[in-house]
Amino acid sequence: MSKSINIIKSTAVPISIENIDTDQIIPARFLKATTREGFGKNLFRDWRYERGNDQHPIADFPLNDPTYSGKILVAGKNFGCGSSREHAAWALKDYGFDVVVSSFFADIFKNNALNNFLLPVLITDDFLQQLFDAIYENPKTEIEVNLEEQFIKVVATGASQSFDINHYKKTCLLNGYDDIDYLLNMKSEIEDYEKGRIVYG
Amino acid sequence: MGNTLFDKVWDRHVVKTIPGGPSVFYIDKHFIHEVTSPQAFKGLRDRGLRVFRPAQVVATADHNVPTIHQELPIKEELSRRQVEQLTKNCAEFGIELYGLGHPFQGIVHVIGPELGITQPGMTIVCGDSHTSTHGAFGTIAFGIGTSEVEMVLATQCLMQSKPKLMRINVEGKLNKGVFSKDIILHIISLISASGATGYAVEYAGSAIRDLSMEARMTICNMSIEMGARCGMIAPDETTFAYIKGKKFAPAGEAWNKAVADWKTLCTDDDAVFDKELHINAADIEPMITYGTNPGMGVKITGHIPQLTEIDEREKPSFEKSLHYMGLNPGEVMKGKKVDYVFIGSCTNSRIEDLRKVAAFVKGKKKAPHVEVWVVPGSKQVEKQAIEEGINKVFEEAGFFLRQPGCSACLGMNEDKIPAGKYCISTSNRNFEGRQGPGARTMLASPLTAAAAAITGEVTDVRELI
Repeated sequence: MSKSINIIKSTAVPISIENIDTDQIIPARFLKATTREGFGKNLFRDWRYERGNDQHPIADFPLNDPTYSGKILVAGKNFGCGSSREHAAWALKDYGFDVVVSSFFADIFKNNALNNFLLPVLITDDFLQQLFDAIYENPKTEIEVNLEEQFIKVVATGASQSFDINHYKKTCLLNGYDDIDYLLNMKSEIEDYEKGRIVYG
Repeated sequence: MGNTLFDKVWDRHVVKTIPGGPSVFYIDKHFIHEVTSPQAFKGLRDRGLRVFRPAQVVATADHNVPTIHQELPIKEELSRRQVEQLTKNCAEFGIELYGLGHPFQGIVHVIGPELGITQPGMTIVCGDSHTSTHGAFGTIAFGIGTSEVEMVLATQCLMQSKPKLMRINVEGKLNKGVFSKDIILHIISLISASGATGYAVEYAGSAIRDLSMEARMTICNMSIEMGARCGMIAPDETTFAYIKGKKFAPAGEAWNKAVADWKTLCTDDDAVFDKELHINAADIEPMITYGTNPGMGVKITGHIPQLTEIDEREKPSFEKSLHYMGLNPGEVMKGKKVDYVFIGSCTNSRIEDLRKVAAFVKGKKKAPHVEVWVVPGSKQVEKQAIEEGINKVFEEAGFFLRQPGCSACLGMNEDKIPAGKYCISTSNRNFEGRQGPGARTMLASPLTAAAAAITGEVTDVRELI
């Protein structure tokens, strides 16, 4: 897993479906592994293959369509809803995505993505539509995502929008820090807090 | 300005706040299971860390376990290895495990409350989105990913930003045949599968107060299905009566102190929410879903929306969903043929659910073409069902009472609904392939599910009671 992200410039893969839940991103039957690696091959398994059989790819699904490629996934609103399985973020990252763009993200997915250096970029419905239009019109359209400057831009036209990210998380992503490193350094403060904790039994 | 229930529990658990950023947030109880924990333990080993507070962690095996012959080794190799890994991890790191065969084993969100581990004012997390269930006790409880499971194992804390606050007030008396599952399906159908994203939701109002603890858990359980960070209900006498005497509940003087404190956990009269909804209980009817997210639900007497009723941008997703379900815009749900009925999951597998279903089906027989699975939420629920003779009622009706686990809610074990088949399910998600590749799920209350089991089609249970 590549740690730290800043500027990603790439073509994008469009999946203009809304409410893509984590069961679609990685179906439950592929959650039996005990390591984080190798989930990419089952990313969108049941949308990618006829009856889930990897000998029968569904030609018009964007991941199977050679027209589309890149490190950026552009998806319909409410991406990542449903199950908390972090395997969804692992699968996207393992497949080769560094950024997911949508007009709405489910909370748990967003955290899972950030914890895996997969950047969720939240934009407006209108700008999302502009991106889909640009990609469908020309699949070679390059998109730049700049974390330091917090903007996303269609390189050819210059159409851009800024996106939000909290300062703490941005620092972590730019420098490759984990929350767990931060928390481990807080041990003595956590122990102090525990002295005043309310516990009944 | 006063505080909300959420504020009060939140404030108790903030170790430190980063200005303009998240807070270091303390977790009282951490539930773990076999599917979302192995990589977290691996992370601890890789970093050379121990579990910081093992006594605050409880483990069970539920997602990936068979629901027949639990006394035998698990047949499926990957599932068996995952369950064995959990056992190994718990032994190595000193964590209490209610594994297969243990009298306390069961679905993580069923056993926490029934053992009295879940108590008002706590913060509870689990690598499972339905952790929101525990909010029925006035806890802040939410699902987390595996990296966060590792953080909590290592430090008992998480980095959390405070969500916005929403209150949903349900006032009045519920109609006959309407249950808490119908309340939450009604709410999600109104505000959509993303309508509460970014919010912590408090459920209030006389209709909520009138509910039992188990019915309240069903509502909080599905908070995540509208995107909410968590769902909460203020603790009251119903809550205290439920907890009292449970295995891990406070006793003696500690009990009195606890109750006195828990009584302060309510939203102040002058507290303000970012958003507030008002629902009249009398408007709620038995609900059923027709699509592939829990927001796609209608009244049992209603019809699937016409294409003209759908926003232009949402049409492709709507049409994809109906195509998957083999249904058409404008169709009436009542009378649709049903192939399977699944009564179970962390939403509706508690003893009250089983009792209600048994009282309804007593003396009736399932329709011959329908396969009916009842999966109790825990070993304790199973034991009680047997003691009360509920197992006999099911047997006579042709319902198959299986052993505890998540089962066909997510089809991770062998309990899968075959492709193309329709299943009325008391679980929480009707996503594509959720109950098995190609399976078509319709979510409903246990009574609506039981009615369909008897008639073999989508049925308005009010016509049978």
